[in-house]
Amino acid sequence: MRRLVWPAVVLVLLLALNVFFTPSFFSIQVRDGHLYGSLIDILRFGAPLILVAIGMTLVIATGGIDLSVGSVVAISGALACLQISQDAGLFTAVALALGLCLLLGAWNGFLVAGIGIQPIIATLILMVAGRGLAQLITGGQIITVNSPAYKMIGGGYWLTVPFGIVVVAVVLAVTAFLTRRLALGMLIESVGGNAEASRLAGIRSRGIIVMVYAFAALCAGVAGLMISSNVSSADGNNAGLWIELDAILAVVIGGTSLAGGRFSLAGTVLGALIIQTLTTTIYSIGVPPETTLLFKALVVAAVCLIQSPSFREKAFRRRRRAVAPAAATGEKVRVTT
Amino acid sequence: MSTLTLGRGRVPARYLPILVTGCLFVAMFAAGGIRYEGFASGQVILNVFIDNAFLLVVAVGLTFVILTGGIDLSVGSVVALSTMIAASLLEGPGWPPYLVIPLVLAVGSGLGLVMGYIVHAFDIQPFIVTLAGMFLARGLCYTIGTDSIPIADPAFTVFAQTRIDLFADLWISPSVVVAVVVVLVAAYVLHYTRFGRTVYATGGNEQSALLMGLPVGRTKIAVYTISGFCSALGGLLLSFYMLSGYGLHAVGMELDAIAAVVIGGTLLTGGSGFLLGTVLGVLVLGLIQTIISFEGTLSSWWTKIFIGMLLFVFIVLQRLFSGGSRR
Repeated sequence: MRRLVWPAVVLVLLLALNVFFTPSFFSIQVRDGHLYGSLIDILRFGAPLILVAIGMTLVIATGGIDLSVGSVVAISGALACLQISQDAGLFTAVALALGLCLLLGAWNGFLVAGIGIQPIIATLILMVAGRGLAQLITGGQIITVNSPAYKMIGGGYWLTVPFGIVVVAVVLAVTAFLTRRLALGMLIESVGGNAEASRLAGIRSRGIIVMVYAFAALCAGVAGLMISSNVSSADGNNAGLWIELDAILAVVIGGTSLAGGRFSLAGTVLGALIIQTLTTTIYSIGVPPETTLLFKALVVAAVCLIQSPSFREKAFRRRRRAVAPAAATGEKVRVTT
Repeated sequence: MSTLTLGRGRVPARYLPILVTGCLFVAMFAAGGIRYEGFASGQVILNVFIDNAFLLVVAVGLTFVILTGGIDLSVGSVVALSTMIAASLLEGPGWPPYLVIPLVLAVGSGLGLVMGYIVHAFDIQPFIVTLAGMFLARGLCYTIGTDSIPIADPAFTVFAQTRIDLFADLWISPSVVVAVVVVLVAAYVLHYTRFGRTVYATGGNEQSALLMGLPVGRTKIAVYTISGFCSALGGLLLSFYMLSGYGLHAVGMELDAIAAVVIGGTLLTGGSGFLLGTVLGVLVLGLIQTIISFEGTLSSWWTKIFIGMLLFVFIVLQRLFSGGSRR
């Protein structure tokens, strides 16, 4: 639980900053039977990121990393939109897209567990080739679809709640149940701690590794459907661009170590919310949007430094001696000048 | 890494990946020469150098980082930032190039130094630190300006348009000379100096290197600084090539650079690889693009699919040759 303190503090600070600039920030209204409000927007636009980050958490818990999710997001949206534009049913389109994502995830898992390639390179292959694949599916064009049913996935509402939020809640609940109420979570952590030892202890490490990569790709696939349905089009080149980096950041901010062996789903959701809130904040307080990345860099650096034990030790020791401000702030100033 | 053991056959195992890359390059060139008219000329290879001089310089810097077992995701953004700083200072306040160029190089090296320091001193994964650096540099680009800034400085345009004639109608650009010098200096440093050996030792086994009394911390900071410097230099070469500064230059270039290093036979776990391999990796990537443009009917996205397939083949080969050792 203590690991969640710092991310939570950052999120609360960000929200407080918003309230300071827009007092009506917390108000949530029901209009036309739909929920409206800044908080709902954060959840709604953050939904794809949260989904991808949930999948990423499990991959990172096994000591791996999945760089290919951004490409999978693009592929899933591209295939679904292509199917719908060719008059396929919604169910067929979604099933085909998610099926392909599962296959791609299993491919990643096979490279990591079957052939024994480092996860970062194994998924780099699909990250590079997947973008090309997505553009191959769309023929280099942006496919636009006009399907109210498909629009529902990313832009629709269910009992006043945006459908995307419902999907995220369901996935999160199922994942939390599977990993925390059943033994699966412990098995994943033990594989992350030491895959070989786990195998000797009778855990099917390989099966578990393939499973988490397939799950991460499936989550990315659903996120891809959401993103493309929200804008009713598929862009093989730009859909989900850099979402893998945001997702990894969300996981790390949430206190999950990249070394594997331990994970926190709640932390990941907090991390993803921080990233999304940051984006919203920048728009709402009138900072030019082009500096979004700058703020992201500063917040990431701050959160990671605070969580680093050796930084805390050094910073506190320095403060006691009352010399120079913390190293990070000093360095940052020098960079920007 | 067990790469120092002599492998199957007479070729030491550590030279195998680089040999495979070299053979692949020759095979691709031969296949291109047979298939397309006018392909099998020296100028085609020189054009690969001319079009990829900046990538070559960046990949050389990245090789240092990857040899220590780290990774630098910020290279693409630092390249973009360098073009942006150069263009805005040359065009806005009209600074002379002899001030702008050292400043750009200093900013790049400084960014690398800071990232290296954070990686070393606070024990945060390089992946995350350089990711933050990537966001920072890209963000700084957009803060300077969101539009493309053309460069009209006479010194830059002269540098961009000069052709250095070699024998028999072959020519190169000054950028190629810069890139070749960088490669030679880097190869010397990496393979013939104490610092170079420390880089390999750190990547091979950091704990052992530390126990041997090697300056591991200083080396780690130094490699990120080198990578930052090379990225800034690559950025300058790119601004010669493009004659503009733009925040969207070199998007995704870190992937190309990493792919080049991996195809060149350097292990991402560190400790094993050669600089010549990286050069071959860049050449292979460049040749793929050349072949696709010669083919004419293939769309640009096939480049990515081919690079992905090549990565796959090379990684599986490395896996077979390095025989079971991993992490």
